[in-house]
Amino acid sequence: MTATSTTAENTQRISMLKVLNPFHVWALGVGIVLVGEFMGWNFSVAKGGAYGALIACWVIGLLYSCVAMIDSEVTSTVAAAGGQYTQAKHIIGPLMAFNVGLYLVMAYTMLEAADALIVGDLMSAVAAATGYEGLSPQPFVVLTIAFLAWLNYRGVFMTLTLNFVITLFAFMAIIALFVGTDPLNPGSVLKHSDLLTELPYGWIGVVAALQFGMWYYLGIEGTCQAAEEVRSAGRAIPLGTIGGILTLLVAATLTWYISTGLMPWQYLGQATTPLYDAASIIGNPSLQVVLFIGTMFAAIASANGCINDAARAWFSMGRDRYMPTWFGAIHPHYRTPFRSIIFLIPIAVSFAFTGLLDQVITFSILSGLLGYTFMSINMIKFRKMWPLDVIKRGYIHPFHPIPALVLLGLCSVVYFATFLGYGASLLSIMAFYIVASVWFVMRRYQFVKRGDQFTMPWPRPKGY
Amino acid sequence: MSNYIPKIQPKRGQLFDSLFILVLVYVSLYIPLFLESDTASVEETAIVQSHSWESLGVSTVEQEQWQKLGYDEQAAAEIINDKFDYTIDPLMLIITALVIIGYFFFMLRVSKAQYREVIAEKFGDSSRETKQ
Repeated sequence: MTATSTTAENTQRISMLKVLNPFHVWALGVGIVLVGEFMGWNFSVAKGGAYGALIACWVIGLLYSCVAMIDSEVTSTVAAAGGQYTQAKHIIGPLMAFNVGLYLVMAYTMLEAADALIVGDLMSAVAAATGYEGLSPQPFVVLTIAFLAWLNYRGVFMTLTLNFVITLFAFMAIIALFVGTDPLNPGSVLKHSDLLTELPYGWIGVVAALQFGMWYYLGIEGTCQAAEEVRSAGRAIPLGTIGGILTLLVAATLTWYISTGLMPWQYLGQATTPLYDAASIIGNPSLQVVLFIGTMFAAIASANGCINDAARAWFSMGRDRYMPTWFGAIHPHYRTPFRSIIFLIPIAVSFAFTGLLDQVITFSILSGLLGYTFMSINMIKFRKMWPLDVIKRGYIHPFHPIPALVLLGLCSVVYFATFLGYGASLLSIMAFYIVASVWFVMRRYQFVKRGDQFTMPWPRPKGY
Repeated sequence: MSNYIPKIQPKRGQLFDSLFILVLVYVSLYIPLFLESDTASVEETAIVQSHSWESLGVSTVEQEQWQKLGYDEQAAAEIINDKFDYTIDPLMLIITALVIIGYFFFMLRVSKAQYREVIAEKFGDSSRETKQ
């Protein structure tokens, strides 16, 4: 089944296939994020101790619940590839949209690079454990990105069906580990009463922990990128996104509970693969194998989803001439944004090989954070410009404007948390977006067709 | 009002623009390396030669878990003694806050002006429209 083009001028344009259902949307969102449970979240333990990480888990969980609620309403109404980028174009304006597009591409491409590095490192670790010391992880990084890009090139249905299977396995691995810790008998395997300590840095450490608390959920908003390819955006996006955030809240809480009950907080705060280490401590070889595969699958699912989302954001910007139009093409047979997929392969590989993993991850987190700040402003303007009785929405989130205001407040606190650990990187990344914005206004905007930026069948916005 | 007719960008210009944004990303990735050290982590007792579990303040259960993870007291000491320093430089904090607020202020202001052009072209001049 193919979608039809929406504007008279674009009647010859090939569009993407509408083949996805809520499970694919869930697989896209959770698939991108779940790797954060297997590694990354635990750096929040180093920043603020075990309880600091738990507070970060729930505070950032609140931030992402607001993101999921807002996203579900706006995306179920603005059902187009590009997700938040397309929303910004229709609600705030071209410069904001350009920036949001860049946030998405940078956040996902850099996360993809980090995921591929994880796969490479895991392969090296397996080789070392089986007597092949010194195996280079770099070929595995390239192979992972190349294989997943090929999968994405061939079609979105197969890509996200695979993501569903491997993400479900990774999630079940966390459940299996939880069951393996004998949770009904506290003290037998899990030793919270002996391992949990007071806040090592006080409340400032808890605030600092919020930066890495984002790893529990970073990327769930990526579900919006599937909006143009789901059979029913009004049903699939809210179901997939809200189901996804609920899954992640459960996974994050279990992950914290298992890890802090098995490892001293100082070790946990610097561990590379905390859940795998947890399985190792328990001493159950089957669980170790399951957690190893789960970690690998989580990293692959994340990279896969990131390729999907980054390519669609880049494609959308090309289609609207915010970036070169050459990228705005869809494959005539596979109906995928193939040029954008191919273009981003060497970029992701080069990010992985910079040796600047800290900066790459910070760039990814901060780009995501800038996007969430945009969402809060976007939601308030959306309701103001098109009140509920003016246009039909696929989903209406409750308690407006509380989620938008809470989101804005929490984003401000996370900026401060990022400043505490990565102040220079924060300024450097802001400089990138400022220079890019000036470049867009001075150079790129001359190629943009003004009227084409508004494609939704909505009435004139209030106030304009 | 007449619709804006955008320029058609030649292939060479498209290539240049793609490379420009990439160069900009790489520059911003490397800038922190040239600035003052970003990591606020300091090793407080790097000079100490030997440690015992008692001197590290590690309980019996914690010691067992460290050992299950393959760490002796010397290896564990390196991790345990690695602390963060959360001293805040007020001037840098103010500069950072102003940069972020200024960025959003600039972006929203320019976007609003551009959005008016989009709406005017899509829906026509608002002064000639009947109220919806």
